[in-house]
Amino acid sequence: MNKAKSIYRKNPEVSRLLIIMLLWLIFMMFTQAEKFFTGRNFLTMAGQFPEYGLMALGGMLCMITGGIDLAVVGTANMASILSVYTMIHFFGEDGTMPMAFSVVIFLIAVLTGVVVGSINAFLISKLGVPPILATLGVNEFLTGLCIVVTNGSAVSSFPKQYCDFFSGNFLGFIPRRLIVFIVVAIIIWLMLEKSTYGTKLRLYGTNAHVAKFSGINTTALLFRTYITSSICAALGGLMMLATYSSARADYGSNYTMQAILLIVLGGVSPNGGKGKISGVITAIVLLKMIESGINRFRSVSTYYVTLIWGAVLILALVIDYFSQKPKKTK
Amino acid sequence: MKKKVKKIFQSNEPYIFLIIIILGIVVQIRSGQFFTGNNIVDLLSAMIVPGLFAIAEFMALISGGIDVSFPALASLSAYATTKILLDKGYEGNVFLAFLIAVLIGAFLGAINGYFIGYLNLNAMIVTLGTSSIFQGFMQGTLRANQLSVIPQGMKKFGTDSFITATNKVNGLSSVLPYTFLILIIVCALMFFVLRYTIFGRGIYAIGGNALSAHTAGFNVKRTKFIMYIIIGMIASIGGICRVCMMQQCHPTNMLGMEMNIIAGVVLGGVALTGGAGTLTGCMLGTFLIILVQNSMILLGIPTTWSDVFVGLVIVIGVSLTALQSSRTSRSKKKAVKEGA
Repeated sequence: MNKAKSIYRKNPEVSRLLIIMLLWLIFMMFTQAEKFFTGRNFLTMAGQFPEYGLMALGGMLCMITGGIDLAVVGTANMASILSVYTMIHFFGEDGTMPMAFSVVIFLIAVLTGVVVGSINAFLISKLGVPPILATLGVNEFLTGLCIVVTNGSAVSSFPKQYCDFFSGNFLGFIPRRLIVFIVVAIIIWLMLEKSTYGTKLRLYGTNAHVAKFSGINTTALLFRTYITSSICAALGGLMMLATYSSARADYGSNYTMQAILLIVLGGVSPNGGKGKISGVITAIVLLKMIESGINRFRSVSTYYVTLIWGAVLILALVIDYFSQKPKKTK
Repeated sequence: MKKKVKKIFQSNEPYIFLIIIILGIVVQIRSGQFFTGNNIVDLLSAMIVPGLFAIAEFMALISGGIDVSFPALASLSAYATTKILLDKGYEGNVFLAFLIAVLIGAFLGAINGYFIGYLNLNAMIVTLGTSSIFQGFMQGTLRANQLSVIPQGMKKFGTDSFITATNKVNGLSSVLPYTFLILIIVCALMFFVLRYTIFGRGIYAIGGNALSAHTAGFNVKRTKFIMYIIIGMIASIGGICRVCMMQQCHPTNMLGMEMNIIAGVVLGGVALTGGAGTLTGCMLGTFLIILVQNSMILLGIPTTWSDVFVGLVIVIGVSLTALQSSRTSRSKKKAVKEGA
């Protein structure tokens, strides 16, 4: 018992989510066992969450600095639209694309991320614009550009080899999108936990002044953070492209709020300085399970998903509040 | 005197006002349609709903918080009100609609207020959560869909003309409905409350420094609680105004407005950190965004470009605001040093 308690204490954010997840799985076992507990269902889920999961991973870094990245969806759509136009330019609307060209597409996404992230970071670190507004304005601008380029309609006639490949499975059962997600997650984990970058990031989030006076190049730090976030978002956009096999200016418009919700639920403090990647990943998996579970009930409207997400978020906050209360009075 | 002028130009409002005038002149030169009665009336009527939302958001920002739930809150209370009145076959005038909406709004606002005020949780996250709860409740539990018929009283209120302006050149006429009066009343009321009541000063004090406000004797928790209730009420009024003006109730078309409203308020010089900003600035900032959105057509720019320009205005506007405030704080520091 004591051991369980100490494990809980060690990582309360993750444990809290795991408890909620366990309760949910038990509930599903009693109600929808035969539909929910199938290998195929879990694989479908694993193929679906990388889109916004990637956005959440990048956004997490920004939130640890005490900032926020609201430009993720704009960046994602920009990346997918740019790569679609590149494919059309090189291979025509119904040509075939050699698989090796995927590398170029990933390069385009990374480049988009670098450019957008630099703009964000420039506004935030050089001009001192509050992150929420800087990224909001950039998002609006990018979405606008996407609408101008595509005239607001979906672009769906382009070589589909890329989409077929990434919406498919590796070894026949592991979704390739999941592999991309895992690779990015490992890179971010290394950055956060195994390099000085993570320490600097948390210090900056706790107190930006102290970070500056202790000799950290805060401008470079912010550039690195926002560029990483934008690259993640752009990769998320590529995953979206693979799923929908078309690109459009307003795809995934509710992913912004969804990503923030995931980050906060994962125990990242919006005031900055605190947060672990394990929490965010648990939150991503938990919410996907809840969403997918609710969809199994035919009589329940899918709109209840939003209600439950909101409720889970507030619940997590309230649990946090009451579990911290006694410590404070000591 | 010189000091006073200097002080005025250290704030944001005159610059925003200048930009609005310049933009107006540019549009006038390009199209000759800007300073016509019907264009002004169109702009004012486009201002009504965002204006009400901006006042609500303004208070949240002044107190150092933020509210991203008001579009969902307004949609929910406007939808519920319209539905109730339709189900009862109500035909009377619009006051009952406002009364019900304000009550619902106050209740929903109280939920926000309880979590933010009494439990002292982060305002952004709480409102993010309640926003999806309100939305889920509206679309899931109430099974909201578009109501294309609205009660007679509301319809009348939304179409009856307060001012009608006709453009002599092309014969187009625009109607400013009575909902504009509501914006004026709410604006005046909140101006008075924020300026001359203990409660209003309390909001500024909390935004400046919650701990000092507490020490100075303000009841921080209660002030925040009541403030979020008022925000809920104003947002609901905005929702009902929108339903009246659009002659139909669409549950989701208000969602997603929050970010542009916040941007408008901040453009007007309201600090995101709280404690600083004026209602005049807030209204000017909101008006600037409305102006950019509505003048695209007059300028002959395809409407597909609208988001690009709004985004640019936000980015440039907030950059200037940030530069301005860092300059002001630097000159203040300098003054302190010289004084010492």
